[in-house]
Parts: sequence; C-alpha cells; structure tokens
Amino acid sequence: MDPFESIKQTFFQECDELLTDAEQGLLAMEAGDADGETINAVFRAVHSVKGGAGAFGLEDLIRFAHVFETVMDDLRSGKMELTDEVAKTLLRAIDVLADHVAAARDGGAVDEGRSAPILSEMKALIGGEGLDDDDLGGDEDFGFVPMTVAIEGDDAPAFDPPALDESPAAFEPMADLAAEPASGARVWRIGFAPKSEMYAKANESGLVLRELARLGEMDVKLDADALPPLDQLSAETAYLHWTVLLTTEADEATIREVFEFVEDDCVLTIEPADGQASPPPPSSDLSDDALAAASADAPLDIAALLARVAGEAPTSEAAREPASAPEPPADLDVAALIAKAQAPIAPAAPKVEAAPVAKAAPPAGSSQAITPTATIRVDLDRVDRLINAVGELVIQQAMLSQQVMESGLARSSNVALGLEDLELLTREIQDSVMAIRAQPVKSVFQRMPRLAREVADMTGKRVKLVMEGEGTEVDKTVIERLTDPITHMLRNAIDHGLEDPEGRIAAGKPAEGVVRLRALHRGGRIVIELQDDGRGINRPRVRGIAVERGLISEDAVLSDEEIDNLIFQPGFSTAETISDISGRGVGMDVVRRSIQGLGGRITISSEPGKGSKFTMSLPLTLAVLDGMVVTAAEQTLVAPLSAIIESLTPRAEDVHFVGGKDAVIRIRETFVPLIDVGVALGFRETALPPGQGVAVLVESEGGGKAALLVEAIQGQRQVVIKSLEANYQQIDGIAAATILGDGRVALILDVDALVTTQHRRKPAPRAEKRMAG
Amino acid sequence: MSKTVLTIDDSRTMREMLNHALVQAGYTVIQAVDGIEGLEVLKANGADVVITDINMPRLDGFGVIEGVRANPDHRATPILVLTTESDAAKKERARAAGATGWIVKPFNPVKLVEAVRRVAA
Repeated sequence: MDPFESIKQTFFQECDELLTDAEQGLLAMEAGDADGETINAVFRAVHSVKGGAGAFGLEDLIRFAHVFETVMDDLRSGKMELTDEVAKTLLRAIDVLADHVAAARDGGAVDEGRSAPILSEMKALIGGEGLDDDDLGGDEDFGFVPMTVAIEGDDAPAFDPPALDESPAAFEPMADLAAEPASGARVWRIGFAPKSEMYAKANESGLVLRELARLGEMDVKLDADALPPLDQLSAETAYLHWTVLLTTEADEATIREVFEFVEDDCVLTIEPADGQASPPPPSSDLSDDALAAASADAPLDIAALLARVAGEAPTSEAAREPASAPEPPADLDVAALIAKAQAPIAPAAPKVEAAPVAKAAPPAGSSQAITPTATIRVDLDRVDRLINAVGELVIQQAMLSQQVMESGLARSSNVALGLEDLELLTREIQDSVMAIRAQPVKSVFQRMPRLAREVADMTGKRVKLVMEGEGTEVDKTVIERLTDPITHMLRNAIDHGLEDPEGRIAAGKPAEGVVRLRALHRGGRIVIELQDDGRGINRPRVRGIAVERGLISEDAVLSDEEIDNLIFQPGFSTAETISDISGRGVGMDVVRRSIQGLGGRITISSEPGKGSKFTMSLPLTLAVLDGMVVTAAEQTLVAPLSAIIESLTPRAEDVHFVGGKDAVIRIRETFVPLIDVGVALGFRETALPPGQGVAVLVESEGGGKAALLVEAIQGQRQVVIKSLEANYQQIDGIAAATILGDGRVALILDVDALVTTQHRRKPAPRAEKRMAG
Repeated sequence: MSKTVLTIDDSRTMREMLNHALVQAGYTVIQAVDGIEGLEVLKANGADVVITDINMPRLDGFGVIEGVRANPDHRATPILVLTTESDAAKKERARAAGATGWIVKPFNPVKLVEAVRRVAA
C-alpha cells in the first residue's frame, strides 16, 4: 500500500476512536458529570479529526468539524454555557460528524437534510448566524483555511521524498546546490542583525545563513564591532551582525521566508543591490567554509578562537565591495562559530563552553517510534492464517499421538514423552493465538448509543442507554457477528419494549426509560444481557398466538419462562403480530438463529409491567470447542461440552413412551424427552432398546432439557471446528464438523436444534419447573 | 549520523505523517503521544529537533516548550510547533515561550522537511 493510502487508513481508524471518545465525553457532559478536561478532550478529538481532514483535503469534513470545534472551544473557554440543549445538539452533531467521516472514507455523500440543520444549530450557538461557510473568516477562531496543497490525491504524490541532496545527513556545501547565476538573477543586499531573543529560541545565525546560501551565491561580511573583550562577553547577548550580498533568481518573498522564524527577533533589511555592484565572484569558498564549519560537529576550541577575535576584530568592511580583498577564511569561520556559541548554553557562565548542545546519544540505530505501550497493528488475515495453521497443528499433533499409541510404544518411551510436551506446547500456542484475536466488545457497544438516540427520536420514546463491561473480550469473529443481533434487540427494546413517556408516567415510572446493555464472562463464555424497564411480555397473548399458529397444543403446560421464549420460535412472529404483542416477536427467530450460528444461546425473561431481559451466551471463540466425543449408530460425534449437564446410564424402567412412540426418560423427579441421536440424524431407523447405551442430559437455553441417547462415550477433548456450511451445506442437528486424531471427520451436534426439533414435534408431556437461567 | 527528530502529537495520523516525511528525508524519528511523554523521551534519548503539537492531553505544547527551555541540557534544542492558520495567537504564545519555529497544518512534507532543516544544526 502506498504510504498516502496507508496514512489515510490510519486517519479513518483514528477517527473511529476519536469519535467514540468524543461521544463518551459528550454523554458525560449531557449527564452533567463532565469536568474541564472532558470538554478539552472532546475539543481535542474534534480538532484532530479536523486536522487530519485538512491533510487529506476532505472539505466537507473540515467544514463541519471546524464549526463543531469552535463550539467546543467556546465551551471550554467558558464563553458558552453548557446547557442540556447544547449537549443534546452536540450529541446529534457527533453522529453527523461520524457520517461525514464515513462519507469521506467510503466516497459517499452526507445527507444534507441531517447535516445542514445541525450545522446551523451549532452556528447559532457560536453566534455565527447568517454566516456562510466561506464567510467564517474575520474572527480568528474562524480563520481556518482548508488547505489542499499538502496532499491533493493519489495523482499528486504529496509524500514524495524530498530530493536526496536535501538530506540533512548528507549536507553538502551549498556550492553544489546553488543555482547557477542565470539571466534572471539579481543581487540583493541583506542586513541581518540578530537580537538575543533569537538565540534564546534556539535559532542560530549560521543556520539562517546556510539556508540563505541555498538560494544562490552569496558573499558574507561579518560585523563584529560590537564584540566586547572576552572577559566582558556574555553568552546571552547578541553581538554580531551580517551583511550578505546574495545573487539569486529568488524574489524577495522567498528570501524573506528564510528569515520566517527569526524575523521578529532580528533587524532585517532586504534590498536590491543590482545597480551598485557586480555579482560576487562565482566561487565563494569563504562562505562555503564558514557554513560548513557552522554545521560541523567537530569539537571546537571556541575560547581560543574568541581570543583571536577579541584581539584582531575584523573591521567592518563595506559590504558593497565584495570583489575587494576577501576576508581570510579563518575569520569567517570564527564568525559562524561565535554565532553558534552565542546560543545560550551555560546560563551565566563566565566561560563559554564548547559542548555542542542536544547531541545526546541517539537511540541505538533505530528510526522506529518509541512508545510506552508497545502495540502493533496486524491484518486480521494474517492472524487468521496463523489460527488456521495452529488448528491444523492441533489436529496433526492429535493424529500423531494416536498413531504413536497404536504403534504400541510404551507411555514412558521418549517418543511418547516428547509428544506429551508437544501437546502442552501446542495447547499453549493455541491459547496465545486465540488471545491475539480477542477484542473488547467495546467496538460493538460503542455504536449503540447512537442507535438508541435514533430509534428514540423516531419513535418518540425517551431512553437512557447504560452500558457495562465494554472491556469484556471475545473473539473478533464473534464480535463482528454480534453487531446485528444486538442492534436488532436494542431497536426492539426501545421501539416495542419501552412505553412512550406518557405511558410510563401513567404507569408510575420515570418518563425516560432505561435500557441496560451488559457484557460479562461467565463459565468460559461471554454473556451479553440487554434489559429494559418497559412493559414486559404479554404472556396470555404470546400463548394465544403460539396456539393459534400451531406451535404448542392448546392444553400444553408451560412455565412463564417457556412462554416468553416462544417468541424465538420460527413461525411465531409475523408482521401482523408486531403491534399486538409488545413487538417482542419481531424477527426474534432470526436473532436466535444468528446467535445459534455462533454456537450461542439466547433466552428472555420478563416481568409484566417491569420489563424484559434478553440474555445471550456465546463461546469465546469459534475456532475450538470443548467437546464430548460419543458414538451413535457407529458414527463418531461430538457434543459441545457447554450444553451437557450430566451423563447417565438409563435404566429400562425409567424410559417411558408417550403415545407409544416418543420416549421420555425419568431423571430423578422430572421427565425429559429421550432423543436417540442415531435416529434423529437419520443414521438408523429404530432406536436403541430401553436400558442400552448412555444418556447425555443436555440443556438448550430456549427449549429446555433433553437426554441424548448414544451408544457410548469415548471421551472429552478439544476439537477444532470446521464449518460444514463452508465445506458442504447446513444440516439440521449438526453444527459443524471436526477432524479427529485418527484423521476421520466427526460431526459436531447442534444440541439446541436437536432439542428444539423434539419439542416442536411434541411438547414435553410435563414441563419441569426450572430455576431461571 | 542522521539527526534525530522527536515528534510529540496525540494524533496517530499526524505522527505517521511526520514520521513518514522525516524518515524519507533521512532523519531518525522518535515519537511521543503527549507532552509529558515527550519530555520524558527527550530526557532519555535527546533529540536534535523537537516537533510538538499544541493541543494535547496531560501536557500541552506550551508546557513542552517551557519544559525543554527550563532544562539546561536542552535549552538550545530547536522546537517547532504545529499550528494552524487560525492559531496566530497560539503561535505567538509558543514563540514567547521559546519556540524556534512553526509548521502550519496541514503541512506539505517538503515544507516540513525544510522547516526542520532550517533549525537543525
């Protein structure tokens, strides 16, 4: 990637972070718990967005950010009062600013209908009503001029490396750089008398002259008349003046530019000297030497030189006689060196020290950035390749172990012991690699405040979104696929879960609803909760609809929780039910499916009149799974360990048949469906006879418990998940596949799907009472 | 021996731009993300030129200039401040504090290198 594009990408990445920070600051401001530093931080964030936008010539973004920045500047200076209204305007403005950034990144345009009103509102805040964008000059605050000269686009490679001969490391005497005197060349007389302030700012006469020499050929005369005897010399005082005759094609403005940094701290005269003198001799060794010496790093015996100067101070030669006897080179050397020496080095030092300043040892041969927390940015592709390779490594290692065991080598053999070490190492590598992919859920959460505001605006609700646990880490792939479900649920929670302000007040609640979004780690999984304090689920209606749609039989006995979870059933929600049942059913089966696709579970709990809570539980990674390897119908299958509660050997007397067909098993005091996995997956027609095999009791969060009947349990192991959808197609009841140590493919059971299928066929004859969660 | 430039800016974009242009021009670049870190890095590593932003968390550019000038080891280290066209007042304040020169954002890389060269002994 060319550097321009790469830096631009950095800019957009940084914008995302800046916008998030700014938004959080603004939220704190709105909540009234912002101090001066918060406001400053928001200002800086917007300022940085503007700064970067300026570098890339992103006009629309600059213009919007500029007005925004000005508001923030007024706020932090106390010129403007932070009212609730201002905070709300700025919160909307940060959304529009994000739109502008997105538009600049993706090449789209910002909806003027959104942008323009906010811009006017902000302009009104800063008293800029009626001002055109271009009219913002005048006030210093508004004087920002978007400059596009820096980088004009791909075809104007602004980051062209400066010519090699400009490299400071290879400073050449300017004779090599100086333009040949051409027909357009003129002679200028430049008087340069630095004041001590100039040296106090670390400017140096020698450097200024060096720059000047780049413009053409010059003849330098030193006026050292003011130089006192050495014992009266003050390091802080400027004594030397220069008169330069410069032959150059450059105009006065260009010459003046050389003095840009020092102009206010010196007496400077620049005038044409054409008529009075012929150009100086073409080869001006003197100035070359002087300037080279000025930049030389060699230790110098300044005191000795000063003594010489003090003794034989050169007379002030008429500068207009450049062709006349030039100064001996030594004198000019001294002049330049004194100029250097005059830079304040040792405060009030009676002796001038020659130690060159700022020559501290540079860091050992590195041009890289030194930052306190070392981080690198890596393409996700690279990490994924690594993860895939590690996945293969795990499989290969397992296969090797198995072969070694089968070959009859003793466990204590060196090979077996070495393999054990290898296994530990492999596991460690795998964990480390997974940690690379882990990221805080913040990247998903941070989009939610804006969504909440937008949905609230559209629906006339008032909502406060409270987020917790944004730092909770989870695999990057999981994070990416969390956005849609969370977005969906949040929208539902506000749109349908929360009452409107009047309704809330009537129900004795504050007009502003609260939605809590929370992430936490629990039992090797990440749990995400979305809780609102709205009206909750209308259970009689949900039940009625479920019966109506044939999802449950009319006499089904269901717990409140099971009724609530009916909304996740496919076919439960249709458009016409949206307004009927608190809207909770809208697309919830879709949400559930996408969560299941991540190996996760989602449940809802609700309290009428008090609100609802969605709980999503997801694996921390999609790449590996702790599984129970089982045999069913001579197939090797893997059941996710996270779904398994216990395993038991069913006794024939505990197995009952409902309606002569569907088996249930009595486990302690409850009955749960007994699912013969071999049959359910179509491997065989008839189920194992009662009393044979092993029952694995599993729980699916949505549908309840079931016992999976298999022939045998082989053991527990971590398997690398290989997507079936990517390699084959989706199959009901199968979540994915894996490759076992012996090289065979084993299917991974989709426990939720198996259980749900069973429940859908026929509800459990007697729903067990369960603890929530 | 290539000269070392210390860039102090809280914006990663700006740091990368500075870094790119300066490294291309043959400078060794060290970076700091705010004024406090800038002064620490300067103390630890030294630098031939310091380029500092003005608006930064913890310690702003004025604080950097004052800190550098107050340190006898670095009193004569040239400091360039990053300003914008609109920041005339800030530029003056920076000069008064002891800034050697300034770079107007958005900057042209060639102009940037020129400004550094102008002050780098």
